[in-house]
Amino acid sequence: MAKNNHAMNFWSGILFGLGLIAFFDETVFHQLLHWHHFYDKSTLAIGLVSDGFFHAFSWFATVIGLFMVAYLRKQKSWHRKRWIGAVLLGAGVFQLYDGIIQHKIFRLHQIRYNVEILYYDLVWNVGAILFIIIGLFILRRKQVGTS
Amino acid sequence: MGDWVSILLVFILIAAPYVMAAEIKGGLPARRILYWVIGAGCIAFSITGSLAQEAHHYFVAHMTVHLLLGMAAPLFFVLAKPVTLLLRILPVKTARSMMKLSKTRYARFISHPFTATVLNIGGLWVLYTTDLYRAMHMSMVVHYIVHLHIFLAGYLFTHVLLSADFNPHRAPWLLRSGVLVLSIAAHNILAKWLYANPPYMATAEQAEIGAQWMYYGGGVIELIIITLLCYEWYRGMQKEAQRNVEASA
Repeated sequence: MAKNNHAMNFWSGILFGLGLIAFFDETVFHQLLHWHHFYDKSTLAIGLVSDGFFHAFSWFATVIGLFMVAYLRKQKSWHRKRWIGAVLLGAGVFQLYDGIIQHKIFRLHQIRYNVEILYYDLVWNVGAILFIIIGLFILRRKQVGTS
Repeated sequence: MGDWVSILLVFILIAAPYVMAAEIKGGLPARRILYWVIGAGCIAFSITGSLAQEAHHYFVAHMTVHLLLGMAAPLFFVLAKPVTLLLRILPVKTARSMMKLSKTRYARFISHPFTATVLNIGGLWVLYTTDLYRAMHMSMVVHYIVHLHIFLAGYLFTHVLLSADFNPHRAPWLLRSGVLVLSIAAHNILAKWLYANPPYMATAEQAEIGAQWMYYGGGVIELIIITLLCYEWYRGMQKEAQRNVEASA
């Protein structure tokens, strides 16, 4: 049973991280800064499909991720560090997907308009990679610590 | 003035049967009656009064009507558990034949989450990407049929996805969740498509506002449905853990 909850800690973090970064993207870049556009009409059809799926899934991921935490806490088997590592990993992977595949290849809206976009893209994607590295680092250290 | 009379009339017509049934059954939680009454309010405002009038020529009002009729009202109705209530107060014989009806092949087919989604979201795609939307503005008959479909499909969809009300063919949780994500995605994509392709008689600005209303307003109802589904998962896991503890004790 402990092994089972180990996996659930990981997946709960991944799902919540994915949802959290999508929520952050929506609130900060769409609603507060108005950098992103709802739809800038130069998006490829596949970009619309990909974005539609990701937003639908990210809502679901956030909610189920949190219910998993509630369950783990009730079972007294929530490993906070392992969970935070997984959150960072999930957030980083999604941000990298958003930054490279969705923004660049599918041409779904850009990060900001009427600016030199290269720097924004660099910060965005390097940030994503940092998230992934820190997340993996925490996860690995935790595994060494527990075994 | 006449506006409010007609809204009130429709509201009472929909709310009264449930309240009377609740009275016959007795001991029904007030919460469930409240859900039904809110649902009845959603319907009343979307089929009579000034909002319904405006919906004929103003796309944003049209979208508001759809949110109320196809998403909000069905959700509140399902939470009021009308089928459960009906089975309780009907004479045993009638209730039994209703059960028989629910076992038919047609009932099984129609209550599959996938069928319900195609009827619900697929119906919206047909409405906005074909001439149907235009036809709806030309003929009152088409107008009413479309509205009836939007409500019924929305209701069926919510009913089969949530385990709130009585459903003898409830699909596995994972299937229902997958179908929900799929349908939200299809709803999102359609909203963005509408943003760029104003429907008949709608200006570009109206289409943009209406599409975002569809996306974000729909998002609120979708989030409630997601939360209810995930809560069901949580409850199931809790029960299973309980059973394991009891078995090992």
